[in-house]
Amino acid sequence: MNATANAATSSAPAYIAGERVLVRQVDSPGHIRTPHYIRGKTGTIERFVGFFKNPEELAYGRSGQPVRALYRVRFVQSQVWPDYAGAAGDTLDIDLYEHWLRPEASR
Amino acid sequence: MSDHHDHHHHEPGGRHQHPPQADHDDSLTYYRKLEIAVRELLIAQGVTTADEIRQLVQDIESRSPEGGARVVARAWTNPEFKALLLQDATTACAGMGFEMALYDVTLTVVENTPDVHNMVVCTLCSCYPRMLLGLPPAWYKSRAYRSRAVREPRAVLREFGLELPERVAVRVHDSTADLRYLVLPMRPAGSDSLTEAQLAALVTRDSMIGTAVLRAHG
Repeated sequence: MNATANAATSSAPAYIAGERVLVRQVDSPGHIRTPHYIRGKTGTIERFVGFFKNPEELAYGRSGQPVRALYRVRFVQSQVWPDYAGAAGDTLDIDLYEHWLRPEASR
Repeated sequence: MSDHHDHHHHEPGGRHQHPPQADHDDSLTYYRKLEIAVRELLIAQGVTTADEIRQLVQDIESRSPEGGARVVARAWTNPEFKALLLQDATTACAGMGFEMALYDVTLTVVENTPDVHNMVVCTLCSCYPRMLLGLPPAWYKSRAYRSRAVREPRAVLREFGLELPERVAVRVHDSTADLRYLVLPMRPAGSDSLTEAQLAALVTRDSMIGTAVLRAHG
């Protein structure tokens, strides 16, 4: 699952830092690393982290291939929680795999 | 209280004031049976050995926040190390002698500044930088912390005794995947003359989770 070791076997990541992305709003059964509260929300790619074996596959004893690009995605708290009680600059960073993301325009 | 038995308070008559503590392994639950069955199968099939499992448990339980504190103190005193730590924490910490191979995750360090306060949670379970902090505290695994840290972090911090001004952005990290986050706290005021080892002694576990900051020294 080492990021650098996996990078050689993968193509380039689809998103670059600063791009706006929408988290897919799907109810998928099984072992999922995308929390429910962030599905359907829009954030900004903070950075590409690396390629990792897909945990949704690893959890069932499968190979985890193909590896998935992982990003740190930044969300503005007041856009995640409409009644957020905090400063306007407060943010939430979540690690999300590429297959859970769509370009914002595709909404 | 007798000399050789100092964890029990005794009445003058020698009678216990409290019932005996329950043994934590007194019931063979479904998941305990499952764990034993899977472990014994893996050993029988030669996938792992009992000694390997023992070693791993021993390693995990030997880690403590002192490890993270050493890393933080080095980052405060060595700019080159700090740059590497923020860019590739796994490599930086391996260079300090931390055995990382047992932990198949990417260690990530996020830096607190006068403008940004970082705070770590795992809403899905209890992901935690165990290689540098040891086992997570019970509250870190609690449903209350896991659900509230992302939803109302400032209220949670207030309950931990930390009130941050509005001009400081609170940045919560939900470690949902293959990264494990450690917060690099700000170096306390008044610590300029301290050595790296003295600095490490000031660094607390909670300051590296982001639920506390370090007070001025002296």
